[in-house]
Amino acid sequence: MAEPLPRRGPGPALAFVVLGTLLLLAGSILGLAVAPPENFMGDVQRIMYVHVPTAWNAMLAFTFAFGCALLFLFQGGWKWDCRLEAAVEVGVFLAVLLCAQGAIWAKPTWGVWWDWDPRLTTTAVMVFLFTGILALRHFVDDPLKRATWSAVATIIAFVDVPIVYFSVRWWNSLHQLQSSPSTVSSVFHLPLRLNAFGVLFLMIGFITLRTRTAGLRLQGELAPPLPEPAAAPGLVPTRAGA
Amino acid sequence: MRELAAALHKEALLQWRTRVQLAAIFVFGASALLLFSFAIGPNSAALRLHAAGFLWLALLLSSTLSLAESFQSEMEQRAFEGLLLLPASPLALFYGKALSNWLQLVLLGVGLVPVMVVLYDAGTLRLPGLLGVIVLGAAGLAAPGTLYAAMTAQARAKQTLLPLLLFPLVVPVLLAAVKATSLLILGDPMEQARSWALLLVAFDAIHWSLCGLLFGRVVED
Repeated sequence: MAEPLPRRGPGPALAFVVLGTLLLLAGSILGLAVAPPENFMGDVQRIMYVHVPTAWNAMLAFTFAFGCALLFLFQGGWKWDCRLEAAVEVGVFLAVLLCAQGAIWAKPTWGVWWDWDPRLTTTAVMVFLFTGILALRHFVDDPLKRATWSAVATIIAFVDVPIVYFSVRWWNSLHQLQSSPSTVSSVFHLPLRLNAFGVLFLMIGFITLRTRTAGLRLQGELAPPLPEPAAAPGLVPTRAGA
Repeated sequence: MRELAAALHKEALLQWRTRVQLAAIFVFGASALLLFSFAIGPNSAALRLHAAGFLWLALLLSSTLSLAESFQSEMEQRAFEGLLLLPASPLALFYGKALSNWLQLVLLGVGLVPVMVVLYDAGTLRLPGLLGVIVLGAAGLAAPGTLYAAMTAQARAKQTLLPLLLFPLVVPVLLAAVKATSLLILGDPMEQARSWALLLVAFDAIHWSLCGLLFGRVVED
């Protein structure tokens, strides 16, 4: 396999982060100050402008990790392992954020921070499944075994992702069905779309930066060991001195 | 097929020689059942209500011990590398080990049922149905458990890693098995146990095929 040398500097990734931050700022200002409050939930609904984009992008990150896992196993190349590590890490971060945002919304709306609803339960399972993969990567020293095993574990864990997405359709869920432009009033579209692209660009930027870090670390692991430093003459043990 | 039969023969021989270990894991499961009752207190109605959940939790906790041990003898003196050098496909090695683990978990589950009946007064006359749920639920634990045990046996912190990887994955198994067992114990007027058993069948079908396909990648050097 080719060495995982990062070919580009962090410039393009940082551009994505800056662009994502700007879009997220613009979307959040529109969502918080310009868009009207929702009829039934009032201001509490405004968390949707970050909650829904976080959910979409968390699933997108895990789907990308699944693609990287398949490509690593069937095509090879360290870059796929680095991308998988980055995507799983960013995906777990977004999924934890998603659960926190959901809890903040659920308390005033449902009266509880957490409910054992199929959508929430399958999301929690998804977080733990992918966190387990990060733990697995931490405890395996051999880079090839680490890459192969985490790719296998990612493929198995990914089975849960479509279940999370379709859980609200398959079971009678307290969580509402997926929103679409036809089910959401047009005044809510712009802040939601801006934030969706904002989180997407941030995710791309973070995954690219994290891939670069993973590549540099892997490069160090795969490099041949440094030669032993020559010992000072007086410190070399001799048979006579032993 | 001959490779699978040879792998099964090897596993049966290993299990027979380490049968004391299975007895120790059974005692662990039984003591877990005893401890769970302290969470509820001496309320016989509540204990009966939660009996199915406790049974499957005890089996899940016991399964991590038995699965982690299942690759122990292969890891000693690099026996696993020797196995891989044999003209046998990794598929036969996986299914031999997974079937053996499945059998071990079924025996554990069947052994824990009388303990549950005695401690929680949670008997049922639908014994073939209960056996069916144990067989399906144990299969759901055995296939991913064998795959993850093969990985974690070679990793650091194996005792932590195996449950960390396995527990979230088998949540559907736990859910469906607990529901089906509970319906068999407490009564099933709406005939719902069958749909939970079907969920177990679907989980087993997906994971027995997926884990078998991926095992070759896990053990290749």
